[in-house]
Amino acid sequence: MKYWDKDIETAPRAELEALQSYRLSVTVRRVYENVPFYKELFDKHGIKPEDIRTVKDISKLPFTVKQDLRDTYPYGLFATDMDNVVRIHASSGTTGKQTVVGYTENDINIWAEITARALTAAGAEAKDFVHVSYGYGLFTGGMGIHYGTERIKATAIPASVGNTKRQIQIMQDFGSSILCCTPSYALFMAETINEMGIDKNTLKLKAGVFGAEPWTENMRKEIEAKLGIKAYDIYGLSEIMGPGVAFECCEQNGMHINEDHFIPEIIDPDTLEVLPDGQAGELVFTCITKEALPLIRYLTKDIAVLTHEKCACGRTLVKMTKPRGRSDDMLIIRGVNVFPSQIESVLLDIKNITPHYQIIVDRVNNLDTLKILVEMPTDMDFDAVRLVEEKEQEIKHAIESILGIAATIKLVEPKTIVRSEGKAKRVIDNRNQY
Amino acid sequence: MIMKQISVFVENKRGRLAEITEVLAKNNIDIRALSIADTKDFGILRLIVNNPDKAVEILKADGFTVSITKVIGIGIDDKPGGLAKAMAVLYSEAISVEYMYAFISRSEKTAYVILRVENNENAIKVLQSNGFKIMQSQDI
Repeated sequence: MKYWDKDIETAPRAELEALQSYRLSVTVRRVYENVPFYKELFDKHGIKPEDIRTVKDISKLPFTVKQDLRDTYPYGLFATDMDNVVRIHASSGTTGKQTVVGYTENDINIWAEITARALTAAGAEAKDFVHVSYGYGLFTGGMGIHYGTERIKATAIPASVGNTKRQIQIMQDFGSSILCCTPSYALFMAETINEMGIDKNTLKLKAGVFGAEPWTENMRKEIEAKLGIKAYDIYGLSEIMGPGVAFECCEQNGMHINEDHFIPEIIDPDTLEVLPDGQAGELVFTCITKEALPLIRYLTKDIAVLTHEKCACGRTLVKMTKPRGRSDDMLIIRGVNVFPSQIESVLLDIKNITPHYQIIVDRVNNLDTLKILVEMPTDMDFDAVRLVEEKEQEIKHAIESILGIAATIKLVEPKTIVRSEGKAKRVIDNRNQY
Repeated sequence: MIMKQISVFVENKRGRLAEITEVLAKNNIDIRALSIADTKDFGILRLIVNNPDKAVEILKADGFTVSITKVIGIGIDDKPGGLAKAMAVLYSEAISVEYMYAFISRSEKTAYVILRVENNENAIKVLQSNGFKIMQSQDI
């Protein structure tokens, strides 16, 4: 099977736009009437729901940013009664307040449909065994792919993350044929398979759907060679839905956006002007079918390019390039979103250290590592190694409890972290992901 | 008598010890005893000097993390078993030693030991009552 939903995936542009126009106008009315935040925002911009009739009118609408979700934490942007909300997820690690997202039964149904499209495009069928090594829990990765797997009637193996050797044992015994995880974890698995002395050709793996972090074409080649599979990219973000907002087809040169549910735009992050096809800018999404949390022109901070050129796979859905960077300073470390400001606020709460720090991100054996150098003040009271190590442990635990990932902490001498004019060079990312 | 020891945090980078000793020398600070506790990434240089307050001031001004710790110094017989006797005394009174370092004194037949213990007054009392000589700053 080539498409999951051929009618939509190959729909003529005019038909698709008519559907988008209708759904957009309904959504705008819906948020205006049900979400006080949007009523106020639209009123402030002098926009009435009836002003939005076609997809072309979308540029009249104001933007939504992540901070709006935090300011209305937890359910302030929900457009439906909580009785109708059947699921909650949350974005990984933020300062104090996570970004909470919700789904109605219909939202979950749509989510399963779009991940079903992604899995089908990667060659998954009912007879396949889909090994899901994304995390299950508040993170959207695991359950998002899981429901799509069941939708196409393939067999889901909810392996979740960690315990790699056991995962590989499961792959051998259960006959996993499609692997879903972060691309760096796929490489780590490939290495572990090799170390365990297992011939990759004895595994049934044939394809993988990898996302939740940026990855390069070189990484794709490496994964494909080391696991003997085809590697497909998948894109998503919890605010919009989770994995499946866009997915790669057999052409492996960009991801088709599920435009019947999300309208994409590319804008200049500085001027907020809409940019034409082929120009790099910040991706913006408007949800047009979601009931629980339909966000209007949500700024993703991901930098990408859109193209409406005809795809050889036959799909007419617009394609986005892999994200080429961020318009903010967010890092994705082992699939977790990390802002330097979160680390800074943890450090500010710890006694006896200075707020001078440097974050060093690296990739060792295909796993991301986070190292934080922290300057000690000149009057820090200690005279034993134990006291320095205890302080490092204290910082390590505080960081881990906020971010949910482990960091190596190294205390350094005062005034040794380079000061620069203006914006400090807080992050050294040695991974070359883009 | 309780003595002031200064501790300097030193990253394992080439030339750091040279810089510290240089700045002390320039300011006429006399190092009487020292030890280094080292790990893979850093070391802690502990010093007994003739003018600890001044040493702290100049090292801080030079951007080093430096602190003062109160330690005690004792004189022991410079012969086999001299240190063992002192340790036995502390052990019998359940006083544990966090760290210590020793050096030979200028006067004959006596070795000096710097001790870092939890309760200095208690340790001094116990050692004195067992005949150990507690050093004054000017002794070293």
